Amino acid sequence: MAEATHEEVHRHPAPTGFIRKYIFSIDHKVIGIQYIMLALCAVLVGMIMSVLMRVNLTWPGTHIHIMETLFPQGAPGGVMTPEFYLSLVTMHGTIMVFFVLTTAPQGGFGNYFLPIQIGADDMAFPVLNMMSFWVTFVGFLVILLAIFAEGNATVGGWISKLGESFAGGSGTVGPIGGWTGYAPLSALGKIAGPGQGAGVNLWIISIAIFCVGSLLGALNFITTLLNMRTRGMSLMRMPLTCWAWFTTAILALLSFPVLLGGGILLLLDRIAGTSFFIPGGLYVSGALVPNHAGGSPLLWQHLFWFFGHPEVYIAILPGMGATSHILSTFARKPVFGYRAMVFAIFAIGGLGFFVWGHHMFISGMSPYSAVAFSILTLSIGVPSAIKTFNWLGTLWGAKIRFTTPMLFAIGFVSLFVAGGITGLVLGQTSLDFFFHDTYFVTAHFHLVMGVASIFGMFAATYFWFPKMFGRMMNESIGKLHFWITFIGVYAIFVPFHAMGLLGMPRRYARFDEYEFLKNSKGLVMFVTVAAIITVVAQVLFYFNFFWSMFKGKIAGDNPWEATTLEWSIPSPPPHDNFAGIVPTVYHGAYEFSVPGAPNDFIMQTDGEGIAADISGAGGNGGNGHRH
Amino acid sequence: MAATATGTNQVVPVGVGGGPRPKNGNGFHGNGGGRGGDDLSFRFSPARYRIGVWMAIGSILMLFVALTSAYIVRSASANDWHPIVMPKVLWLSTTLIIISSITIERARRSLKRNNQAAYGRWLVNTVALGIGFVASQLVAWRQLVRQGVYMAANPYNSFFYLFTAAHGVHLLGGLCALTYLLVRTRKARNTLDGELRRVGAADAVTIYWHFMDVLWIGLFSLLLFWK
Amino acid sequence: MGRLLGIVIWGITIASVWMFVSGKWWFPETISEHGKSVDSQFMITIIVVGVAFTAAQVGLGWVVFKFRDNASAQRATYSHGNNRLEVVWTVATAIIFISLAVMGQRVWASLNLHAAPPGSLQVEVVAQQFSWNFHYAGKDNVFGRTDPNLIDDSALNYVGLDDTDPNAKDDSVVSTLAIPVNRPVELILRSKDVTHSFFVPQLRFKQDLVPGMNIHVHFTATKIGKYELACAELCGMNHYKMKAYMLVLPENEFSELAALPQEKFQARKDELLNKYQLPNY
Repeated sequence: MAEATHEEVHRHPAPTGFIRKYIFSIDHKVIGIQYIMLALCAVLVGMIMSVLMRVNLTWPGTHIHIMETLFPQGAPGGVMTPEFYLSLVTMHGTIMVFFVLTTAPQGGFGNYFLPIQIGADDMAFPVLNMMSFWVTFVGFLVILLAIFAEGNATVGGWISKLGESFAGGSGTVGPIGGWTGYAPLSALGKIAGPGQGAGVNLWIISIAIFCVGSLLGALNFITTLLNMRTRGMSLMRMPLTCWAWFTTAILALLSFPVLLGGGILLLLDRIAGTSFFIPGGLYVSGALVPNHAGGSPLLWQHLFWFFGHPEVYIAILPGMGATSHILSTFARKPVFGYRAMVFAIFAIGGLGFFVWGHHMFISGMSPYSAVAFSILTLSIGVPSAIKTFNWLGTLWGAKIRFTTPMLFAIGFVSLFVAGGITGLVLGQTSLDFFFHDTYFVTAHFHLVMGVASIFGMFAATYFWFPKMFGRMMNESIGKLHFWITFIGVYAIFVPFHAMGLLGMPRRYARFDEYEFLKNSKGLVMFVTVAAIITVVAQVLFYFNFFWSMFKGKIAGDNPWEATTLEWSIPSPPPHDNFAGIVPTVYHGAYEFSVPGAPNDFIMQTDGEGIAADISGAGGNGGNGHRH
Repeated sequence: MAATATGTNQVVPVGVGGGPRPKNGNGFHGNGGGRGGDDLSFRFSPARYRIGVWMAIGSILMLFVALTSAYIVRSASANDWHPIVMPKVLWLSTTLIIISSITIERARRSLKRNNQAAYGRWLVNTVALGIGFVASQLVAWRQLVRQGVYMAANPYNSFFYLFTAAHGVHLLGGLCALTYLLVRTRKARNTLDGELRRVGAADAVTIYWHFMDVLWIGLFSLLLFWK
Repeated sequence: MGRLLGIVIWGITIASVWMFVSGKWWFPETISEHGKSVDSQFMITIIVVGVAFTAAQVGLGWVVFKFRDNASAQRATYSHGNNRLEVVWTVATAIIFISLAVMGQRVWASLNLHAAPPGSLQVEVVAQQFSWNFHYAGKDNVFGRTDPNLIDDSALNYVGLDDTDPNAKDDSVVSTLAIPVNRPVELILRSKDVTHSFFVPQLRFKQDLVPGMNIHVHFTATKIGKYELACAELCGMNHYKMKAYMLVLPENEFSELAALPQEKFQARKDELLNKYQLPNY
């Protein structure tokens, strides 16, 4: 066996030139940051849309001058039309679920830290990794195009030239169908109303492109984790973040293709005249729909939700992994029940494939299958409860350091409990008679996805920022950001349950048509005020993030006194992570407060008997080349 | 509020068991420490490509599982299901792709025995058979269109075109991979790492190609027998 | 910080629980036979949910309050977990959750796993963008033939009733659902264009209307009055005002209405709509 040369170990040399370093980079660290930047843009768009939605619901008929200038058709006289509102609902959901919750936790932090945490020098397929980001980015451009294809008459005119189903310029800001795009509304095209033309085609195309990007990424994650763990890094010594990214990747690998399949069928119904989802004998907008027969709208729902349910676990699992990791680090205690946590991650991921029907209890599908889905759904509560108990167990007897990442991790636990527990209500068929498609559902999924998951990302950001950028984020601003956001999100989403109890249906552009909704006015106003304050408070985060990149206090290798491999290398890491040295792992990932050890943490790379010592002086990381 | 440390330095190791002893910690600070672990674990192993291709196969399979379940549901849902008479040329397609599995397997084994010339020849045969397969599919499509069998006319037609197109697209990807292998036979690298990768890639592409074959047989059978 | 966080978490918990128990925002009063069972199942569930929520949040608040780093030399407890505890709380949780799940099927089964009782009043409900059509069989109790090819909204033939069918002569198609009190009602749900959903909050009942399907459902209303019917599946731009009224009538008023010929049905129905008031919300 030839003596290993430095060239063999160092897989690809450090890039030179701005384009190869920051644009078309195959370095997983750069790609991770690119995903995070994409998510930061997408979430801004999504939040602005949600504020517009809240303003419309609270003060319907309000004249907003800028809307008149930007969208004269969709908001004539600056007053939002119902179809404009519905397109906001659709785009808000689509952008948030796909381009925020399915990018940053996995593609962002996972890409950056999975290889480092397992001791690898990059992902298994770096070029594929770069492609997965750029494909996702193109998907984002296409969904943004949908805004203009519907909202702008000129762009709409160009797109309409592509064909009948590409009719644009209806004045909305995208398709109308919710992020779920139920057929046949989404399949019929413009005869079914505004926003059903180009907006829907672009929506399908964007999602299809996104599917491909995600699949490329998932493949990479799984192969990397299985094949490239360093010496001593057994599966049971991996941080829980790695288990979470691994399971998430498996879920993505198996569920995104189903969405892609469904999307292809829907697109064919729209442009090739097929009838996968369109039954015969439809009478739409005053005329019979010719040339379609025999399709099943329920088939779309089955295909969509077979993907859709694992998707929500894709959105939350990385946050759970990060929370376990961060809680342990700042509690100075091992994770309580590490094996049970791994089991719970698999159980949640696995069971997640068998419960999609709980989105469809009253859809017209077999009521017998509804019973089966319902019982399986409530079973998922069990591994979720295990994780919650173990988080509490991690904190019990701890010595908690209340840094900003810790605050957000604790917030995650609180919000996950709040959001998850109402799953017990919604998962029962008998209760779904009332609650399906009401704000009670919206409350549930926003708390788990829109808040808990985001808190997981905030925790991860504050935690790993020093490693990624070599500087600390500002703690005071971070804490202020936490307090306003934590109280704010509860103030926004707990009242949604009350609206659901009143019977308030989802996706209503206005609430003033029904007497049974008249007691909701106070709630609606309260929520909107809370939402505006909370959204504005995110400026603190954006400011802190970008300002600290250049002006933050310099961070050492291990500012948090954590144990995992990323904290044993400089901040930011050298190009190939470990400066040509192959790390060896001797311990599990959460050896905190070990009795008899010189410090209250033992790094994974500390050899038997080696203990890290705190010299006190701020180091600024290694002599590995930065870029 | 607890203070947070801003830096950590390694101390001189005590009692490291086994392996070369690092001089000053693990040498991350570039201060000349030796290797901390066995760099074999950083070496490429063909398992990487193998795992990758199996993952890809898993996801592609899920796509066809989704389309197949749509097929089955749709066939039961209404009374407009009219299967077509299978164009005879598709039997030729099937034969070609089965033979191509044999040729690519021959190629893989030749490479394993280090017979580079045979490897290249069998690869070329496989590519030719693959192109033949695609050509026969296009012939089948042309025949059907000339008989007036259009995609939108009834659901069986829709699925027929969809399945053959989806399979064909993935097969074209396989053809690109085969072409890449062919190019690499000319520009064989002369490092151990490069050779391992070349052999690993050949193995992975072979697995993928067999999958394309099995997938075709599955789809063809479905279209033939599930009416 | 730990103390503050603990207190804030407890405060949020108290506020959230208050929102539910205050009674200020609650279901409208139920008016169906199965509604009471739905409500009691909800009460059981929400109590379990409330207890679990409160316990977890109080627990979380307490641990962050108590175990904050107080700069003492003492380290955290070194523990990797407790297997016995894991088993205990896993089994306990599983028992509670599965029991809730099984209990939660009862009302569903009674409505959806059994056909409508014989003698139910049948009404065909045909939804469209953005209104509801209720098709009554008339005195002969036989629905006239309908055909999508005959639908003509501009000619007011919303459901495509076939005039040449003798059974259709006494059929009426109106925009209000009128049903008798205390008698099982069977709705046959259809849609002309896209998926809609039938929702009357007081009935504790919801069902999607799917194009291409005829879905049979049944329930029994137990309180006379006028109630709002809302669409609960996004169907296009005017989804938010796809409204109809449901009239639950005393048996004699209903029989009289149902026996009326086409020309008089609509007018009488409108009279009754004015007679009854919506509940006091």
